[in-house]
Amino acid sequence: MYTEAVMDHFSNPRNVGEIKDADGVGEAGNPVCGDIMRIYVKIEDQRIVDIKFKTFGCGAAIATSSILTEMVKGKTIAEAEKVTNRAVAEALGGLPPHKMHCSNLAADALHKALDAYRQSHLQFTAGEADSSSAIG
Amino acid sequence: MERIYLDHAATTPTDPRVVEVMLPYFTEVFGNPSGIYQEGRAGKKAIDESREKVARLLGAADFREIIFTGSGSEADNLAISGVAWANRGKGNHIITSSIEHHAVLNTCKHLEKYGFTVTYLPVDKYGMVAPEAVREAITDRTILVSLMHANNEVGTVQPIAEISKIVHEKGVLFHTDAVQTVGSIPLHLKELGVDLLSLSAHKFYGPKGVGALYVKKGTRLSRLIHGGAQERQLRAGTENVAGIVGLAKALELAITELEENNSRLVEFRDYFINELMSRIDRVKLNGHPTKRLPGNVNVSFEFVEGESILLILDLKGIAASSGSACTSGSLDPSHVLLAMGLSHEVAHGSIRLSIGRENTKTQLDYVCGVLEEGVARLREMSPLYQARARKERSV
Ligand SMILES: Cc1ncc(COP(=O)(O)O)c(C=O)c1O
Repeated sequence: MYTEAVMDHFSNPRNVGEIKDADGVGEAGNPVCGDIMRIYVKIEDQRIVDIKFKTFGCGAAIATSSILTEMVKGKTIAEAEKVTNRAVAEALGGLPPHKMHCSNLAADALHKALDAYRQSHLQFTAGEADSSSAIG
Repeated sequence: MERIYLDHAATTPTDPRVVEVMLPYFTEVFGNPSGIYQEGRAGKKAIDESREKVARLLGAADFREIIFTGSGSEADNLAISGVAWANRGKGNHIITSSIEHHAVLNTCKHLEKYGFTVTYLPVDKYGMVAPEAVREAITDRTILVSLMHANNEVGTVQPIAEISKIVHEKGVLFHTDAVQTVGSIPLHLKELGVDLLSLSAHKFYGPKGVGALYVKKGTRLSRLIHGGAQERQLRAGTENVAGIVGLAKALELAITELEENNSRLVEFRDYFINELMSRIDRVKLNGHPTKRLPGNVNVSFEFVEGESILLILDLKGIAASSGSACTSGSLDPSHVLLAMGLSHEVAHGSIRLSIGRENTKTQLDYVCGVLEEGVARLREMSPLYQARARKERSV
């Protein structure tokens, strides 16, 4: 039922783990559905220099998380934001139809991690703006 | 790679001794059993003999009480819909449990669309129905109680004989889905006291696509399949002669060899459960510790998901099944595990390994090792395990 690529990523998942001082962490899914993916990113110069994942879920959930990390490692934030769940599924040579919704959420988790990064970054610039207006 | 089959609750291989007695009915004895000529009479004779054999092995009072069907599912449908429609004038209430096989649950759901009302009794944490709850649920509109003898997922065996007394005190008909118990645990119709009982050949080393319904003499039933007069007009269609012969032979072998197989399976089951519990932490046995099917092992591994365990097992040559949503094609995990009070998370992490005649202890040791390693690997990957470990460290 799964493609060779899915089984490869399931059997030898790439970039499993956490990043202790991650710049952004994003999570998608929930345990009630049986799938949770958590993505950690390290950003330098608007580029993903490191990425790790932890996933609770079925074969498709693990494989999509794994291949996603490969697809975006080294990419700029802008490039990574364009990666969709559909593109992840296609990179695996497709997923069984009933897995498309529940287990194909890795890109969502990544986008949340990038959002989290931007949030903390924004706060930083907002703080700067505040202090400058205080001076003015 | 050697394959290790541990899904005997799903189906079993057909015993070669069964295949052998079936073969002539595909070629030499091919006549339509309804024919009056010799070729037909030979087929009819084979069916009659099989019916007598099945009736005797189950302890039926009369061979005419056995109706052959195309599956266990069909037997369940015929029992429930058949009683419901035949007794429409008496009432419209049916009682069943929340952990039945879909052949029963979906038949009941279908009948609800036609004015029947159904009570789905809860179960305790072991998957047991309380006999007193059955008594309390019966009203003067109740026409049928249908409760499975043993559950296919968690293996819990219900106190059918005890419930049967209660149901009959109230003058209501009682059906049991015994698809998982016939040929697997000792079973006698007189002791069970039921009015209807479903069975399926492929669960006891017989062929697929043939089952039977025991219908106690005097029980009124409407037919599902309209057509010819086969099976006392209750099930039209030219009979699956080879399948029926195979069913009877498989039942005969299963019952003759039951004691020996049973004690071996119980020993293996308990050994396997103990090994899993001692080698892997945070494992939960689902179902009753002792009132369970001889070969059934159903366990939940916390923090991991069932389908991924099955994939690891399959890669290592092992076939098993899971109560996870991912393997059912729906979004919810097993209705049985949820009814027993398991959380969604834990239900997703459950697998069923059902041991059969041909399994060995060496195989079970190997499977235990694969599980130990596989669960550890998946937990390493699991954010739930990570969160849990953190919490425990901070305590
Ligand atoms: C308890 C129970 N009832 C009914 C069935 C359906 O039997 P069959 O596969 O012959 O339709 C099964 C098997 O899947 C079962 O385990």
